[in-house]
Amino acid sequence: MAEVTLLETRGLTRRFGGLTAVDAVDFRLSRGEVRAIIGPNGAGKSTFVGLLSGLIAPGAGSIAFDGQDITRMPAHRRVRAGIAYTFQITNIYPAMTVLENAAIAAQSRLGTGSEAAIEAAARAALAAVGLSDLETRRAGDLAYGHQRLVEVAMGLALAPKLLILDEPTQGLSDAEIANFIAVIRRVAASATVLLIEHNMDVVMALAGRITVMENGRILAEGTPDQITRDPAVQAAYLGGAS
Amino acid sequence: MIRHNPRLFALCLAVIAAVFGAQFVLAGYPVLALTRILILAVFAMGYNMAMGYAGMLSLGHALFFAAGMYAAGMASRYGAVGLPVAFGIGILGAAAVSLGIGLLALRTRTVSFMIVTLMFAQVGYLLTLQFADVTGGDQGLTLSERGFALGPVAVDMTSGAARYNVAAVVFSVVLLGLYALTQGPVGRLFAAVRENPERTRMLGYDVARIRLAAFVLSGTVAGTSGALYGLTFGFIGSSFAEFRTSIEALLYTLVGGPGTLLGPVLGTALMTVLIDRLGGLTAAYPIVVGALLIALTLWFPKGLLGTIRDRWLPWLK
Repeated sequence: MAEVTLLETRGLTRRFGGLTAVDAVDFRLSRGEVRAIIGPNGAGKSTFVGLLSGLIAPGAGSIAFDGQDITRMPAHRRVRAGIAYTFQITNIYPAMTVLENAAIAAQSRLGTGSEAAIEAAARAALAAVGLSDLETRRAGDLAYGHQRLVEVAMGLALAPKLLILDEPTQGLSDAEIANFIAVIRRVAASATVLLIEHNMDVVMALAGRITVMENGRILAEGTPDQITRDPAVQAAYLGGAS
Repeated sequence: MIRHNPRLFALCLAVIAAVFGAQFVLAGYPVLALTRILILAVFAMGYNMAMGYAGMLSLGHALFFAAGMYAAGMASRYGAVGLPVAFGIGILGAAAVSLGIGLLALRTRTVSFMIVTLMFAQVGYLLTLQFADVTGGDQGLTLSERGFALGPVAVDMTSGAARYNVAAVVFSVVLLGLYALTQGPVGRLFAAVRENPERTRMLGYDVARIRLAAFVLSGTVAGTSGALYGLTFGFIGSSFAEFRTSIEALLYTLVGGPGTLLGPVLGTALMTVLIDRLGGLTAAYPIVVGALLIALTLWFPKGLLGTIRDRWLPWLK
């Protein structure tokens, strides 16, 4: 299969005071892949995807998405361009119903014209994550695992080209993680997925390729097999973790 | 479910029917009082768009009320235009002023936003005093144009019944218009910006523009009320641009329930009647109003309809 580049960064850099959180990163993501970014705490993973989504402004370097330079594009326009981002800490509208949460996402793509179309798209996104039965519930009343799925449904309702998930399984039970993996597999059929993940079981189950970050740089990149066998990765990360 | 809120719509129609029906059972002073309530309810409904739905607590809405009132009143007094045209000019004037103020004031949030809007409103008030030779200052101006032709029908605004029906029509149009706006995607978007601006931005929305839109809508509806007030009663004056006017909009909205469509209507009715009655008894009526506000925040922290919505009737929004 010919690999079409969806996203590419060149020399992407961000400093916070004396700390270089992301250090001249060259990164390439192909359309349709599921990519995991792993690395120890403080490696710069969250800052890196923050730069991609526009939450954080870059100090230097460039980002190209879908053939367009988006380095200076404001975050909300990047979402419209097709980059959906889910927060590391669950970030939804707790006082609204589950359906309303998904509807706000859907109407970002569809405009405020047709409420029927918005509702249909919101329901489809909720069905994709298995929340159809809970659509009239207040989102803030749901269990934590379900709230995370609400957030994924919001991402799906945007029909993104790229879905960025920042530690999506953090705080989920084993059963919820199994369901989550199934959901992301379905999502991957229509969107490119970039996820930051600490749970290596999730990474191994989902990722086609893995990028390992350390100290703001890319330490290694490859298939799960290549990464687990890479001596530098073992020294820096896998050996120290589990 | 989201698309329709039939119970709220039915309630709005019932309110409108009651408003038009009331003139057949009331006469004299109550009709005048109810005319005022209908016009001020439009003001409070406009205020509620910014404060209740979009979560922007302004202390300067007297400016937009006055902008509508002065734009309409001056057009009528000096512009040799009929009342309907003057009314339109009032609405446009308020829209322009709220756009200008919104662009500046919305750079701030929360407490700073309250202070900035308050300051702009005070500037507006002082301007009406400063240019007293055209505005009439605190003496005000009486408007001599007191009637207009609606097709073949001549409407005489010196008649209490005519004033009442004009106010009732504008009230009904605003209520139904805001029903359509708040109970669909736009209302949901305002609430999204109020509840979680960061999430809303990361769903692809320009939060600053949505806030500005809500603010301009709010100011324009407030100005519609001001224009209607001036033209209906044939008088415009600086006292309407005072701080107290902003506080009244806040008071009506808080009492009725911010972020509920009918809350400000109920709040306006209750508070104007109450202040009217108490004012007849004692000059110290603000003490009673203050005590009532304390009781309200203790037992009805989200206003009357807001609390009823949260406890029993979720569709009352």
